[in-house]
Amino acid sequence: MPSKNMIEAIRDALDVKMAQDENVVVFGEDVGYFGGVFRATEGLQEKYGKQRCFDAPISELGIIGAAVGMGAYGLRPVPEIQFADYILPAYDQIASEAARLRYRSGGEFFAPITIRTPTGGGIYGGQTHSQSPEALFTHVAGLKVVIPSNPYDAKGLLIASIEDDDPVVFFEPKRLYNGPFDGHHDRPVTPWGEQPLAEVPEGHYTVELGKAAVARAGNDVTILTYGTMVHVAICAAQETGIDAEVIDLRTLLPLDEETIIASVKKTGRCVVVNEATKTSGFTSELTTVVQENCFYNLEAPIIRVTGWDTPYPHAQEWDYFPGPGRVGEALVKVMEG
Amino acid sequence: MSDKNPLSTPLSLHVPEPSSRPGDKPNFSHITVPDAGNVRRPAVDSNPADMRDLAFDMVRVLDDNGQAVGDWDPKLADDVLIKGLTVMLKTRIFDERLFMSQRQGKTSIYVQCRGEEAIACAQRMALSKGDMCFPTYRQQGLLIAQDFPMVDMINQIYSNSKDKLGGRSLPFFYSERDYGFFSISGNLGTQFMQAVGWAMASAIKGDNKVASAWIGDGSTAESDFHSGLVFASTYKPPAVLNVVNNQWAISTFQGIASGEAANFACRGHGFNIPSLRVDGNDFLAVYAASQWAIERARKNLGATLIEWVTYRAAAHTTSDDPTKYRPADEAEHWPLGDPIERLKQHLIVKGVWDEDKHQALTKQLKAEVKAAAKEAESYGTLGKGDLPAVSEMFNHVYKEMPAHLRKQRQEAGV
Repeated sequence: MPSKNMIEAIRDALDVKMAQDENVVVFGEDVGYFGGVFRATEGLQEKYGKQRCFDAPISELGIIGAAVGMGAYGLRPVPEIQFADYILPAYDQIASEAARLRYRSGGEFFAPITIRTPTGGGIYGGQTHSQSPEALFTHVAGLKVVIPSNPYDAKGLLIASIEDDDPVVFFEPKRLYNGPFDGHHDRPVTPWGEQPLAEVPEGHYTVELGKAAVARAGNDVTILTYGTMVHVAICAAQETGIDAEVIDLRTLLPLDEETIIASVKKTGRCVVVNEATKTSGFTSELTTVVQENCFYNLEAPIIRVTGWDTPYPHAQEWDYFPGPGRVGEALVKVMEG
Repeated sequence: MSDKNPLSTPLSLHVPEPSSRPGDKPNFSHITVPDAGNVRRPAVDSNPADMRDLAFDMVRVLDDNGQAVGDWDPKLADDVLIKGLTVMLKTRIFDERLFMSQRQGKTSIYVQCRGEEAIACAQRMALSKGDMCFPTYRQQGLLIAQDFPMVDMINQIYSNSKDKLGGRSLPFFYSERDYGFFSISGNLGTQFMQAVGWAMASAIKGDNKVASAWIGDGSTAESDFHSGLVFASTYKPPAVLNVVNNQWAISTFQGIASGEAANFACRGHGFNIPSLRVDGNDFLAVYAASQWAIERARKNLGATLIEWVTYRAAAHTTSDDPTKYRPADEAEHWPLGDPIERLKQHLIVKGVWDEDKHQALTKQLKAEVKAAAKEAESYGTLGKGDLPAVSEMFNHVYKEMPAHLRKQRQEAGV
C-alpha cells in the first residue's frame, strides 16, 4: 500500500472524486496552474482541464458565493480558502447562506460544497497564517466541520465530505501536511512514511463523517482532541507514562458524543486539548458534553489545554502552541484530582 | 514647526442628502428623462467599450403618448402585451390584498413591489424555462408572471398548515425551483454572487441556461455585488445582473450607496461588462433590454449589467412609514410614471384595450386574488388555525438528521 503525506492524500482524494464525478470542480486562489500554495491541487488542472480546476479572484466571499450557486445548480464544488485565517470575509456566505439554504428552501436547494482550508499554527505563520477558527463554524446549524489528523483519514474524510449533500468546512492542519508532529519545536517533523496511518489505499474509500477514532487506547484518562493536537496528546501520554486514551474527534460537527461518553465513563478522567484560543472555544463544548453525560463518572475536574486568549504570535509561537509539556502537566494534575 | 498646515482649511465629511425631505416639495430634478426611442440598440455581440454611453443614457420605448418608438421596441404581439398588463395588475392586486392581510394580523410582515412591477414581470416573460432567477424580496412578479398558484404563495405568507416551507422561512421568502425562483435570503446581496456561481456552473456543464441576479440600489454597497462583477467579468458566465434602483433602501436614499456620485449602470465599465440604464417603469423597455442581455448570455458573450430606474412607491415593508423620511406625495411626482398605467395607455393607443376591458380585468383579478386568499385562510393564518407541525423546525437542517438533533427533537417532545 502506498505511503503518502497528508498533502498527497488530499490531492489523491480530489483526483479520485474528479475522475469519478464530473460535477466535482476545484477552484480557489492559486489552485489552478500552480497547484495551490501547499500544492494540494497540483496537476489537477492539467488532468481535468480549466473548466474543472481553475484559479479564482482574491475574494473569499466570491469564491464561496460562487460555490453556493454552483452547488444549487447541481455541481459539487470543492473551493479552497488559502488559509483558514482568510475565511472570515466568506463567513456570511458560509454561515448564513450555505448552511441555511436547505433549511430555508425546505430541501429544494442545497449546497453540497466542501470548503478546504489549511488551519492551525506551528509554521511561523504569525497572526494571519496560524489561526484555528473551527469554533466559529461548529456554532452554525447546517454545517459539518471536519478536521483530519493523518493521511488515511484525510483522504477518506475528504471523499466522504465531497460526497455529502451538506456543506462541509474541511480544516487541514498545515503542521501535519508533511509529517506527524509531537509538539516539540526543536525536533524534526517525522516523515509520514514511517507512520501506519500514512498507508493510503489507492482509489475510492471513505471515512464516515461524525465518527471519532481512538488514536491511542488507554484506561486512566481520556484526552479529547483533534488535528495536530492528536499527535501532541499521544506524545504527552508517552512522556508522562500515564495510560491516556486519546480520542481523535475527526468530525467536530456533528460530534460523536457516543465515543466520547464511552471513553470518559471508562477512564473517569478527561483532558480536552486544542490549539485554538480558550474562551468560548471548541474545548468548552467538549467539556460541557462530558459534564452533562459523565459527571457522576468523573473522579477529577475536567482540564482544558488550549492556545492562549491572544492573537497568534509570530516569534513566541512555541509558547503559544500547546505542546506535550503543557498537556503532560494537565495529565499529571487530572490524575492527582 | 506648527502642527497645522497653514494652507489647509478644516476638513468635513460629505454626507449626501436626498433632494427633498418630509414637508418639502418633491424634487426629482436630478433625474433626466430623455425622450423615448432616442437610444440606439447595439448588436448583442458589441464590444462593451463601444457602448459605454448606454450606461449614462436611459433606454425608453414608450413615449408620453403611449406610442412604442425607437430601436428598442421589442415589437411584442398583442397577446404578450396583454399578458404583461395582466400579470403586473395581478401582482399589484395581490400586494394590496396581502398588505391588508398583514394589517389584519394574518401574517407578521409583507413587502409590496408597487411601482416596480414591470421589472420582474417583463424580465420573467423574456426568460425561458430552466433559467434561474436569484431575486431579492420585491420580485414576486417573477412567480406571478408564470401564473404560479397564488394560494401557494399565500399559504407561505400565512405560515399555515399548507406552507410548503413548514413555517421555517419569512412570509414572502419563496423558494420555487421548478419556476426558476431561487430561495430568498434576508442577508442583502448574497444572492447576487450566488447567481454568478450558478451561471458559471451552467457554462462549466456546457448547458444553455441563464442566471438572473437581482440586487437593490442600497445593497450594491455589499461586497457581494462587487465580487459578482469581478467573477462575471473574469469568467464571462451567462448572467443578467439586475440593479433595481428604486431610489430608497428603507429610509436611506440611493446617494448613500453612492448612486448620486455615479449611477449604478456605469459600475460595469470598470469590469468591461456591457451596461445598460433602462426606464424600469416601461414594460417594453424592460422586456427589450432583458431580451438583449439574455440573448447575449445565451450566445456565450457573458454578463450584462442593467440598472432599472424605478421608484418604490409603497413603504419598504409593512413595518415602515415612508412619510417620516420623504415627502408624502413624492411617488406622485416620480417622473417615469406608473408601469401599469403606461402599458395600459399603450394598449389603448394600439386599439386593443379600453377602460371597460381594464375594469373587467381588474374585477376578475381581484376576485381571483380574493378567492386564493380565502382558500389559504381556510388552512390557517399566522398564529391562528392549523399551523405547520412544530417538528418541522428540526427538518432540513441537514439532509439526514444527526443524532444530536434527534435528541433535541425528542427533548422538545415533537
